Amino acid sequence: MSEFAELWPPVRLTLLLASVTTVFLMIVGTPLAWWLARSRNGWKEAVAAVVALPLVLPPTVLGFYLLIALGPNGPGGAVAGLFGGRSLAFTFEGLVIGSVIYSLPFVVQPLRNAFESFGERPLEAAATLRASPWDAFWSVAVPLARPGFITGAVLGFAHTVGEFGVVLMIGGNIPGETKVISVAIYDYVETLQWGHAHALTIGMLIFSFAVIFTTMLVNRRFARVTP
Amino acid sequence: MTINAAFKGNLGDFTLDAAFEILAKGVAGLFGPSGGGKTTILRCIAGLERFSGNLSVNGEVWQDDAAKLFRKPHQRAVGYVFQEASLFPHLSVRRNLLFGAERGNKTGAGETFKLDDLVDLLGLSALMDRAPAALSGGERQRVAMGRALMSSPRLLLLDEPLSALDRQTKEELFPYLEDLHEALSIPSLYVSHDMSELERLADTLVLIDKGRVIASGPLHDLQADPALPLMSAPEAAVALTGRTNEIDKTYGLVTLAVNGGTLIVPSRQARLGEERRLSIKASDVSFTRAAPQETSILNCLPVKILSANVQERDPTHVNIVAALGENGEGARIVGRITRKSQEKLGLTEGANAYAQIKSIALAP
Repeated sequence: MSEFAELWPPVRLTLLLASVTTVFLMIVGTPLAWWLARSRNGWKEAVAAVVALPLVLPPTVLGFYLLIALGPNGPGGAVAGLFGGRSLAFTFEGLVIGSVIYSLPFVVQPLRNAFESFGERPLEAAATLRASPWDAFWSVAVPLARPGFITGAVLGFAHTVGEFGVVLMIGGNIPGETKVISVAIYDYVETLQWGHAHALTIGMLIFSFAVIFTTMLVNRRFARVTP
Repeated sequence: MTINAAFKGNLGDFTLDAAFEILAKGVAGLFGPSGGGKTTILRCIAGLERFSGNLSVNGEVWQDDAAKLFRKPHQRAVGYVFQEASLFPHLSVRRNLLFGAERGNKTGAGETFKLDDLVDLLGLSALMDRAPAALSGGERQRVAMGRALMSSPRLLLLDEPLSALDRQTKEELFPYLEDLHEALSIPSLYVSHDMSELERLADTLVLIDKGRVIASGPLHDLQADPALPLMSAPEAAVALTGRTNEIDKTYGLVTLAVNGGTLIVPSRQARLGEERRLSIKASDVSFTRAAPQETSILNCLPVKILSANVQERDPTHVNIVAALGENGEGARIVGRITRKSQEKLGLTEGANAYAQIKSIALAP
């Protein structure tokens, strides 16, 4: 199997990228989804549309703008300057930022649906029982939205694992730094290494099926437990 | 406890302009047609809805627009029972009950209840480890009441807690409400569009229609006020409180002393000296000028007619308000008779007569 040892770095990098991205997706996506579900602000649907843009935008378009934003002359470059770098493009950190933006709709949508599904009433009940909004969020809203959190996290993770266009635009193809599975597959095909390409694609196929199947099972279970 | 409230504002095409002061001792009923603003007022008191205005509860200011003061719902020591129980579906009955207890005590508000006492009072002991989804509608509403009380509220707000239930479940739940009313001293506001509920539970009444307060006062006074719409309702009645004076086991009757007379009522169980709530329907009261003799009707009392008004929706009938006792010093009752009889007998203001009461509903 030693000839397949070179498959490990892209797999490891992909899992690391997806994990870190998922953590940031939850941190950014939860308050955003909460605001979209609860706010009466007239601009919220416009914000929702911006969040959903990656669903319809060609990844190369998103990648192009990200490349400019993360590059030496963009805000990303300015941030990198603080840490002694020149640019966030073609770095792991840049990939995380791009992935969070790219996968955000896959987290925000299920979370928003989950927060909207139970309506105002449980939160009103919590408030009349002296729970502060912060307390009610953690003790009532989060448990009730659990299926949304599971779906959001799984979709965000899986979508990050599978991204290609954006990574290629802003990450390039640096082994161990930005070369993720999807880029590696592309490389192997280009260089006619079909065996390696097969190994990675089969792995991705099984992984994707497992992800979707598990999510469905978990959601069905919760649908039965909570009416 | 005094509740001083004034709320003003619009919600869609609904205009609320309600100001009232209630001395909430026991249960105060908020009564009126559906869509009249009762629930909105209750939500304003809980802080769930914000209209401009003022609110103070027992001297504590909860809302004062001039001072830009508005206490958030969780800073108000209220217990709220919604129309649908609204239990937390992810928590067991026990955890639901304790939800408010863990938080309410911190604000050090009203009376603190022991979990065991409330569980007994509401008959919840067999349900404690169940999920709300596994409860019947009546059970859920009992848990919701317990949950609200466990948060040590100073004021209990009940928003049509029975109206989502079927008739039979409603009847099953009533004794619990009556027990709570008797056992607890917590002042409550009880919203309902069903007068029969309030006749059994309310001590005072606030009449609400089209976003305005029409009248407020003791239940009995409003029921016997010919100027108010309660009297023209088909099921108009007057609620009285009587003290058990005598128990006749042979016939299963009890004698109750009410203000200005005594009434004999069938009752399966009774205790001497006990106070009972009873209700006399206007359609069960008829009048005679002379003391009736040899009648099957048990209750014939001398009365003095206070007013006679033609029934608004049905001009063939007249609503007569009469006070018990020859000099009219006792409690008021209402009778509904035909206009023909009223004119024939000359039952006008100041006339003396006898009221025959065919049946009396006694709260168990």
